[in-house]
Amino acid sequence: MNLLEARGVSKAYRTFSLVGATKAKPVLNDISMQIAAGETVALLGRSGCGKSTLARLLVGLERPDGGDILFGERSLTSLDKAGWRNLRKTVQMVFQDPLGAVNARSTVKDIIAEPLNYLCGLTGQAAAERVRDLLSSVGLNWAEANKFPHQLSGGQLQRVCIARALAPDPKLIILDEAVSNLDLHLQIQMLDLFEELRRTKNVSYLFVTHDLRLVEKFCVRVLVMDQGRIVEETPVSGSLAFSSAEGRALSAAVLPPMPRQLLAAGS
Amino acid sequence: MTSSTLAIEGISVETARHGSPLVLVDNVSLILGAGEVLALVGANGSGKSLTCAASLDVLPPGTRMTSGSVSIDGSVLQRSMLRARHIATIMQNPRSAFNPVRTMQEHARETLSALGIPKAEGDQRILQAIRASGLDEPERLLRLHSFEMSGGMLQRMMIALALATEAPFLFADEPTTDLDLIVQREILDLLDHLKRERRLGILLVTHDMGVVAKLADRVAVMDGGRIVETAPVADIFLAPRHVTTQRLVEAHLSLYNLSGVAA
Repeated sequence: MNLLEARGVSKAYRTFSLVGATKAKPVLNDISMQIAAGETVALLGRSGCGKSTLARLLVGLERPDGGDILFGERSLTSLDKAGWRNLRKTVQMVFQDPLGAVNARSTVKDIIAEPLNYLCGLTGQAAAERVRDLLSSVGLNWAEANKFPHQLSGGQLQRVCIARALAPDPKLIILDEAVSNLDLHLQIQMLDLFEELRRTKNVSYLFVTHDLRLVEKFCVRVLVMDQGRIVEETPVSGSLAFSSAEGRALSAAVLPPMPRQLLAAGS
Repeated sequence: MTSSTLAIEGISVETARHGSPLVLVDNVSLILGAGEVLALVGANGSGKSLTCAASLDVLPPGTRMTSGSVSIDGSVLQRSMLRARHIATIMQNPRSAFNPVRTMQEHARETLSALGIPKAEGDQRILQAIRASGLDEPERLLRLHSFEMSGGMLQRMMIALALATEAPFLFADEPTTDLDLIVQREILDLLDHLKRERRLGILLVTHDMGVVAKLADRVAVMDGGRIVETAPVADIFLAPRHVTTQRLVEAHLSLYNLSGVAA
């Protein structure tokens, strides 16, 4: 069964100023896509193609202008309070900018414990133990638990956000460029953690990125977006071969693994 | 201006933590030639950006340089006189490098008047530099503010300002880290072109070995404030000697499902 599905979704933004509103600028245009349990799907595209907007619509942070988002069988527009709670517990999201995603006046411990309280009813000692486990799963020490966001590096704080997303044991995690600002060895460590959760708990992922290297490593299916449309959908098997112009442009822009002179020498 | 060698010699930077001195950059020396890209790589906090800042006398408050000098073609120069005259700089986040209430034209004039270049000559130079940076319609662009331009356009504009100074060397500190893949490729191609055509000597600060593979001729690896290895780019990828370099290359190659060539 599909965990989340977009059916013919469209979205436009307009900006308002003193002289009135501008013409609405379409950002998403008739998008349909599904994510099934245990699937890792990549959403690939250049800056401004609408991939983050689609991610925000999928978790109900914004409403589509046209079309529908379905959580299981139900439209997001028909969800009651318990339904939203279930959606929040089932689908978690990690954003690109960790400083903007946390309360600057909360400690790391409280940031991670918040969804445990609201979504799982876990408090006190039980919550503290769970926070400790979550911190260690993302490679952070208990020593960081009482720090505030500004006392951590960007990479540490992003891992706090990942720990928070893992807290309610979600079935789907939407990662919006969530590892691209980490050092390489941390990126790989996080991908290994995600892969382990997929294997042991059948967690699905929507991996929003422009880095094809990570797509090849991590995903089974890739959607290519260009100017608000999905222009290509293809399974990932070995190295990616795209048929769309946008897919090929993205693939041509991947940085080389080795210096040119070494690749030319065939090593 | 034809300068052929920039030498950064014995730079050390320290800060005070809980009252006692803490060394952040420890006796770093680098040599950068004309028409060469030297990559300075290392993890976050290894001292790459501080080395550049110390060389240009723009260290952040609370840090100070305890030793070191910078010379061009053998003569030691006052570091505060290097900026824009000998060394231009582009940075990671071009948006934060521009004043949002000033147009591109005002930025260009400020940069060039600081160098004592007459306005008419400066305006000519900037138009040429914008074209050389791969941007069309320079006259129209000069009327824009930074919020009216994309990240890729702004980074090209930064490069245009750097070119307009006619400085022979360029410090590029994570120049493509915030840009998307396609724009990154375009900017790296542009830097490569400028290296070849203008014999620009580029110090490329990065943590991405893919960027190194694409652009660098030589690589200096930093760890804990020290240079632990300097070698031609091929040796870095094929036969990294220091454990820090080996880890960097191995992690990088694992992204491509390739294993390290070196044992």
